[in-house]
Amino acid sequence: MTKHLVGKIGLVLWLTLVIVAGFAMPMVPAPSQWFELPIIPALEDKARIIFFHVPMSWTTLVAFIASTVYGIMYLKTKKMDYDLRSVSAAGLGTMFCILATVTGSIWAKFNWGSFWNWDPRETSIFVLLLIYGAYFALRSAIDVEEKRATLSAVYAIIAGVTAPFFIFVMPRIMTGLHPGAKGDESGSTPVAQLHMPPNMRVVFFASIIGFTILYFWMFNLKIRLTRLEAESLKS
Amino acid sequence: MKSLFVPSYYIFLKDSHSELRTRYALNALFMFVVTALSIILFSLGSESVSPDVLAGILWVIIFFSSMSGLSRTFVSEEERGTALTLQLVSAPTPIYVGKLIFNLALTLSLNILISLLYILMINNFVVASPGIFWTTIFLGSCAIASSSTILAAIIAKANTRGTLYPVISFPIMLPMLITVIKATQLSLEGAFFSEALGQFQVLISYTVVLVAISVLLFEFVWKD
Repeated sequence: MTKHLVGKIGLVLWLTLVIVAGFAMPMVPAPSQWFELPIIPALEDKARIIFFHVPMSWTTLVAFIASTVYGIMYLKTKKMDYDLRSVSAAGLGTMFCILATVTGSIWAKFNWGSFWNWDPRETSIFVLLLIYGAYFALRSAIDVEEKRATLSAVYAIIAGVTAPFFIFVMPRIMTGLHPGAKGDESGSTPVAQLHMPPNMRVVFFASIIGFTILYFWMFNLKIRLTRLEAESLKS
Repeated sequence: MKSLFVPSYYIFLKDSHSELRTRYALNALFMFVVTALSIILFSLGSESVSPDVLAGILWVIIFFSSMSGLSRTFVSEEERGTALTLQLVSAPTPIYVGKLIFNLALTLSLNILISLLYILMINNFVVASPGIFWTTIFLGSCAIASSSTILAAIIAKANTRGTLYPVISFPIMLPMLITVIKATQLSLEGAFFSEALGQFQVLISYTVVLVAISVLLFEFVWKD
């Protein structure tokens, strides 16, 4: 019990530090102190989104992969618990997906001029939202529990197999606004190359680690809740 | 190998016989295409639309025609109650392959028909490089058939089949739709064949990936 409490408080402190650092570290033209970030021309304070928006998208991806992997495990073992895990991961993935879309969209309004530009990465996050929507629509259309678990697992796997076309292929062959797209001078690579000063990098990766742990904690709560709901439906 | 292709061929024969015997599904599909084209023609009127938009509209028609026609292979088995018999007669993989070939034949003929009608009826739609255009239609049909067959098998077991099918297909098909629209635009611009090779590679890899994953997963979907 105390171990869990320490973990929770630790996570809260960690994320608080990340949020404070992300918002409060001053941006100056020539950084000399460890806490000063360089000003990026044309972005300025808007560059701070990288500490929050990228980890949200990352967590969406983690949830998506978790949902696919639990789908595979369900098909292998046919244990209903894996189906509950798969649907819990998908539920959290939807939430993080919406967060990443909304934050990115608001940011795009101020930096690129409109809320939505159909940049390849915007397309891929939109498709991820559609996949989640279709996944839950499919689940609600099947009555028998085992059938529902099997078919939604199959759908999650098919979606997981086509997702690399969006995440790795499309952004490479289409020109876009995000870093790492075709025509970017810093090179088009699967993950945009990090041209960050070391202190910015520390906050960035601290945020990614924090968000990932937050995801696993929320997943733990959600799966326990889903199990209880499944129990109460049976009795 | 023989144990796969001979039963698949018979499944394909069975489906084409039963579709050709009662032609109402094919007729309905044909009328669907004509209706969709007429709506486009009416809404365009005498407006001259840019070829890029026309390339998109062509694939909108193809997508929705496929969505109304391709789920039939599995849905009709469930509706007629013949799915169980089919399970007794054959192993899952030949059934999948047979249905895939049937869907491929159906999509391919449907898409060639749609393209011909489209080229004939819409003035602004001039194919400058036929090589790219027809290769795109062929590879696009392969990609549509490969993704729609397994999704049709899923949807046949669900309740609200008609509306759900496009919903679950669209996100899976989008990489392929974006690619074929790009390739069609290239064919209208009169690009060289080599310029479209990148798009064709995406289409071929998409088809291969989806057929492979479908063969692996079909058994789970099909067996009750």
